[in-house]
Amino acid sequence: MSLINKTAAQLGELIAKGEVSAVEVAEAHLDRMAEVEPKIQAFLHVDREITLDQARAVDARLRAGEQLGPLAGVPIAHKDIFTTNDMPTTAASKILEGWRPPFDATVTRRLREAGLVILGKTNLDEFAMGSSTENSAYQVTRNPWDLSRIPGGSSGGSSAAVAAYEAPLSTGTDTGGSIRQPAAVTGIVGMKPTYGGSSRFGLIAFASSLDTPGPFARNVLDAALLQEAFSGHDPLDSTSIDAPVPSVVEAARNADIAGMRIGVVKEFGGEGYQPGVLARYNEAVQLLESLGAKVVEISCPSFATALPAYYLIAPSECSSNLARFDAMRYGLRVGDDGTRSAEEVMALTRAAGFGPEVKRRIMLGTYALSSGYYDAYYGQAQKVRTVISREFEAAFHQVDVLVSPTTPTTAFPIGERADDPMAMYLADLCTIPSNLAGNAAISVPCGLADEDGLPVGLQIMAPVLGDDRCYRVGAAVEKALESRWGGPLLKEAPAL
Amino acid sequence: MTTMMAYDEALDRFEPVLGLETHVELGTASKMFCGCRTTFGAPPNTQVCPTCLALPGSLPVANAQAIESTIRIGLALNCSIAEWCRFARKNYFYPDMPKNYQISQYDEPLCFDGYLDVEIDGETVRIEIERVHLEEDTGKSTHVGGATGRIQGADYSIVDYNRAGIPLVEIVTKPIPGTDRLAPEVAKAYVTELREIMRSLGVSDVRMEEGSLRCDVNVSLMPRGSSEWGTRTETKNVNSLRSVERAVRSEIERQAAILADGGRILQETRHFHEDTGTTTSGRSKEEAQDYRYFPEPDLVPIAPDTAWVAELKATLPELPSVKRKRLQAEWGLSDLDMQAMHNADAIDLVEATVTAGAPAADARKWWMGELARRANETGVALADLPITPAQIARVTELVASGALNDKLAREVLEGVLAGEGTPDEVVEKRGLQIVNDEGELAAIIDEVLAGNADAAEKVRSGKIAAVGALVGGVMKASRGKADAARARVLILEKLGVSE
Amino acid sequence: MSAITRDEVAHLARLSRLALNDDELDHYATQLDAIIESVAKVAEVAAEDVPPSSHALPLTNVFRADEVRPSLTPEQALSGAPAVEDDRFRVPRILGEEA
Repeated sequence: MSLINKTAAQLGELIAKGEVSAVEVAEAHLDRMAEVEPKIQAFLHVDREITLDQARAVDARLRAGEQLGPLAGVPIAHKDIFTTNDMPTTAASKILEGWRPPFDATVTRRLREAGLVILGKTNLDEFAMGSSTENSAYQVTRNPWDLSRIPGGSSGGSSAAVAAYEAPLSTGTDTGGSIRQPAAVTGIVGMKPTYGGSSRFGLIAFASSLDTPGPFARNVLDAALLQEAFSGHDPLDSTSIDAPVPSVVEAARNADIAGMRIGVVKEFGGEGYQPGVLARYNEAVQLLESLGAKVVEISCPSFATALPAYYLIAPSECSSNLARFDAMRYGLRVGDDGTRSAEEVMALTRAAGFGPEVKRRIMLGTYALSSGYYDAYYGQAQKVRTVISREFEAAFHQVDVLVSPTTPTTAFPIGERADDPMAMYLADLCTIPSNLAGNAAISVPCGLADEDGLPVGLQIMAPVLGDDRCYRVGAAVEKALESRWGGPLLKEAPAL
Repeated sequence: MTTMMAYDEALDRFEPVLGLETHVELGTASKMFCGCRTTFGAPPNTQVCPTCLALPGSLPVANAQAIESTIRIGLALNCSIAEWCRFARKNYFYPDMPKNYQISQYDEPLCFDGYLDVEIDGETVRIEIERVHLEEDTGKSTHVGGATGRIQGADYSIVDYNRAGIPLVEIVTKPIPGTDRLAPEVAKAYVTELREIMRSLGVSDVRMEEGSLRCDVNVSLMPRGSSEWGTRTETKNVNSLRSVERAVRSEIERQAAILADGGRILQETRHFHEDTGTTTSGRSKEEAQDYRYFPEPDLVPIAPDTAWVAELKATLPELPSVKRKRLQAEWGLSDLDMQAMHNADAIDLVEATVTAGAPAADARKWWMGELARRANETGVALADLPITPAQIARVTELVASGALNDKLAREVLEGVLAGEGTPDEVVEKRGLQIVNDEGELAAIIDEVLAGNADAAEKVRSGKIAAVGALVGGVMKASRGKADAARARVLILEKLGVSE
Repeated sequence: MSAITRDEVAHLARLSRLALNDDELDHYATQLDAIIESVAKVAEVAAEDVPPSSHALPLTNVFRADEVRPSLTPEQALSGAPAVEDDRFRVPRILGEEA
C-alpha cells in the first residue's frame, strides 16, 4: 500500500516510529499532485521546495526528540482563505492576487507547531461565496468521482484534494455548509465544529458570525485528530470559546451509540430531494437504529426559513467585511492614472477585482442594512436566527443528535447552476441552520445514489460544544458501513 | 465673502441652541483593538499591525482599560452605565479608515443620560449629556501637491496609520438652549471643565494641539419668541479652547446674517479657521450618508458587572469643580483669586505645593506671580516650567526659616529654572545665604555708619525715618544677603536710639 | 411588481464602491430582484417578541489587557501597498471632507 493511501493516523504513527520520514511522505503526495492536478485543479499555490523544507524541519525536530503530537510530519492542504506567511493567500479573488500575508492564521500556526507539512493552498469559491468552487477567479476544480461535476463549495479544492488522495487532510471553512456539502459530494468526512471552537484569526472573513474553520479527512478519526490539533481558545479571536476542547478523538475511537437518542429532522427530506439521496439517508437512519440508537422524528418548522435568513445575514456581514479591499493598502489597484480620485479608483478596482457572486452579495448586504430596509431584512433575519437557535435547543432536550441528508442532491454538473444563484443556494438548505445556531455538525459518507453513482452524505448535528457526539455517531456509521462495503466508500471512485 | 451680523444685534434677534461633540483620545498604552503602541509623533507606520491596518484575516479584541476609562468618564459625568451594550460597525469608505468601517457604538452606548455643571460668572449652567461611547480613531492623511496643501486641489495623498485604532471616547451633549448671550462662554467653559475631568481621571493627556481632545460645535438659531429650533451646522477643526468660543460666536454671526436676509441655513459640516476666526463650508455631500450600522460580529457584547461599576464609582477621584470649592475654602481665597488661578491652570500646582509643605498663600504667590510671569515670557504652560511644586515648597521653607529673603528666593527660582539644580544646590552654588553671622553684620554696619555720617547723625537726633537709607546701605554692601530687619535693629542699637 | 428597481441597484453599487456599466446594472437588477423576493420569506416567521441574535453564541465581556505587543516593521506594513511614498501609503487624491 502506497503512502498516499494511508490514513493520517497511520502516517503519523509511521513517522513517529521513524519507519518513514516526513520528507518521504511529502514527496509521495507531491508526486501524486503532479500526476492528478492537471485533471483535478484543486490547488492554487504549490511550492515543492517550501513543502520539502517544512518536512525536513519536522524530521529534524523529531530526531531532536521534540514531542509533536500524533500528526507530526503528516501533510495537509489549506483552503486558500487561511493566511500563511510563506505562501500567497488570495481567497481565490483577483483582488488579492499575489498577496503575501506577513502573518499566519491561528489554524495554520497551530498546525505548523504540531508538525504538519503544508502541501499548498486549495481552490475555493471567491471569498468562500458559493457551493461549487466555480466562483473561483482562477480555475474550476473537478470532482474526482466525475470530472464533469463540481466538488462542492466553497471549500471544493480542499474536498477534491483529499478525495483524490493528493492530501490525507485539509482545512476548510464552513459559513453555510462550505465544509459539509463538499465533503458529502466527494465522499469524504467534513466537520463544522462549534462556532468559536476553532479560531477565525487569519481566516479571511466572509460572514464573521457564521465562519467556522474545520477539518476534511477520508475518515472520522483523522478528522477528529485534525480538529483537536487546531482547536482551543485563541485570545486573538474575541468570539473564541474559552472552554476545554470536546474530546473528539476519544469519541471517534469510541463509536458506540447504543442508547443514544437520535432525532430525524422532519423538514429535511421529500420534495426537491434526489431519490437516491433519500434512499441512502433512510438506510442510514435504519442503520443507526440497528446499532442501538433510539430514533425519533423531530419537527423544526423554522428551519425552512433558515435559507432566506442566511442570505440576509451572510451578505450583510460580507458587504462590510469586504469593504477593506479598496486598493489603498494592499491588493489590486485599477485605474490610478494620476487624475482619478481615490473613490473612482476604489470603485474601478472593486468592479474589476470581484467576481459576479461577490458583487451580488455585497449589493444584497448593502441593501439589507440600508436605513428603511434594516428592520424588515437584516433585523428580521436576526430574529429568525433566535427562533432557529431555540428550536435546536428544544430538540436537544429530547435527543442527543439530529440527523438529515447533508445536501438535497449529489454533485451537480459544472455550469448547471452557474448563473442561477437561487438554485445554487439550495445546495446549503440542510447545512445552514447549524451555522445560524453555531452548533456542531458533521457530514460522513453514507453510500452512492442509485441514479448517478455519486456519493451521498449524512449530516449529524450536535449541540454547541457537543462536537464529540458528531464524531461518536459518525464513527459508528462509518464502522458499520465500511464493514458492509468492505472498505471506505472512496475505493468505489474511478481511477484518475 | 461671508456676511456677518454684529454679535449684539444677532443676539437681539435670535436665540442660539448649542450642541457639543467632543472626542477624547484615551491615554492607553496600546490601541483599542490591538497591541500597537499609541505614542504621539512616532515615525510613520511604525505602530501598525494586521489588525489596525485591516489586513485580511485580522480581528479586533477590545482593550479592557479603554472600557474601564470610558465607564469612569461616564460616571464622572453623572451618566447611567449600560447593563449590556454592543459595538457597532459604521460603514463608509474613506482612505484613512483601513477597514472602511469604524468600530463604534450606535444605539447602545456604554454610558448615557448624564450631565455636567459649569460655572459662568458665578452662575451654574447644567449641560445635559446624551451619551458617552467608545470608538476607534482613523489614520492621518497628508495631501500632496496643489497650491494649498489642503485636500481640495491636491494631486494625491499619503497616509500614516499610526493613529488608526487609538481608542476614542465621544461625548455628546443634548441640545443646549437658553445660554443666550453667553453661548460662546458656555461652550468654552464646558470643554474646559471636560478637559479637567479627563485630567483628574488620568484617562487622557487631553492636548488639543496634538488632537487628543477634539471638539465639534453644533450651532443653530431661532428667532426670539419662537420655540422652533433652526437648522444646525456642525463645525469641525476646532483645536483650542479659545477657538471653541470663537467658532460659536462666528457661526452665530454668520447664521444671523443669513436668516435676517431671509435665507436658509444649510445642514452641513463647516470648518473653523484659526487664522481668520471664521468657518467655511465643507464640501457638501453628494447624497445623504447611510452608515448601515449593525452590531459588530467580531466583538462580543459588553455587560459591565454592577459591583465593578459601583467600585469604579466609589473610587472616582474628587472632581475638579468639587475640589476647587474645597480648596477655596481651605485656602480662604476670594472667588476672583480662585478664578484667576483656575484660568491660569495653577490650582493643581498650588495644591501640590501645599501638599509638599508650603503655606497656601506663599504657594499661590509664587505660582501666580514670579512663575506665571516666567511662563508668560517664555511662552510655556505653567505646568511645563522646569520646576516642581516640591522645589517651590522648599523655597518657601527657606524664606520662612530666614535663610532667604524674597529677593534671594527669586534668584534661587531663577537658578532652578536655568537648570542649575535643586533650590539648595542653587543657594550653595550662587552663595545666596542670608548673612546671619552677627559679627560679620556688625562689621558691615560699622563700615556703612562710617561712610554715612550725616544719615547716622540724623537718626541719632531722633529722625528715625532716616534709618532706611542706612539699612539700604547695609543691603547694598552685603549684596542683598543681609537680613534687613536684623540690620535695622542693630543700627538703632549702635546709634543708641530706641523706638 | 419588482422588489428592487434598477436605480436602487445603481445606488447600491455607488454605496458599495462598485463601478458597474449599464448592462451589468440591468443584469444585477434582475438577479437581485429574484433574490430579494425569495429572502423576504423571513417575514413569515412570527417573531415580534423575539430578541434578535447578532452572534451565534451568547458570549460577553471578552477583553485583552492593555499591553503593548510588537507591531509590524514599516517594510512589512507597506509590503503589499500598491504605492508608497515616505514610508506612507500613497493613495489617489481624496474627494470628500477632511476627517
